[in-house]
Amino acid sequence: MKRVAVEYFAVFREQAGTAGEPLDTDAATVGELFIECARRHGFADPRERCKVAVNDELASWEAALTDGDQVLFFPPVAGG
Amino acid sequence: MHCRIETSPIDPDALKSCLRDVRAGAFVTFEGWVRDHNEGRAVTGLHYEVHERLAVKEGERILAEALARYEILDAVCHHRAGDLTLSEVAVWVGVVSRHRAAAFEACRYIIDEVKARLPIWKKEFYVDGESGWVNCAGCAAAHDHAHERV
Repeated sequence: MKRVAVEYFAVFREQAGTAGEPLDTDAATVGELFIECARRHGFADPRERCKVAVNDELASWEAALTDGDQVLFFPPVAGG
Repeated sequence: MHCRIETSPIDPDALKSCLRDVRAGAFVTFEGWVRDHNEGRAVTGLHYEVHERLAVKEGERILAEALARYEILDAVCHHRAGDLTLSEVAVWVGVVSRHRAAAFEACRYIIDEVKARLPIWKKEFYVDGESGWVNCAGCAAAHDHAHERV
């Protein structure tokens, strides 16, 4: 079991009802953690349209999750 | 070469002057403006939420890619955050090059990548009082925008 800090943005923050939370998880990758969070908070956007950053760097869904990581979940972007 | 997120109105003249270069024979810009409709709904204004640190980092990565791919001299991109009214400049891209073809191509590359990659989210406000995040499943103006990148 590891403890990570998760942050949510835009529609994810609204759906989660919080900008962030500490989580205890057995997820091996950030992608698995996303699926856990999406199920818990009812995120409707498919993972392939979303992005993730780990410790201030954009990361892949396959990135290994490590104790103490700060994980940012980004819903589909819409700049411009 | 720089990318910035601005919380106050973008000043195109100031950005243009920072691209002045005696070697340049071409200057191409793209301005994205807040339009009064989207997906058939009347829009009254926008709110941009931005993860500034990562947006600047990714934006400068895109500009560096453009400088490596095209024969350009310099490129700049500024994007707004916060609340915008109709016709305001939401994003500004400027590119200078010796000859025009490279500036046109690089400008197109930069704005397309900025829209697809920067951690920026747009909430639209509609005349009926509703609002919605653009591009999100189940949001008011949910739609597949893939065709816009053709």
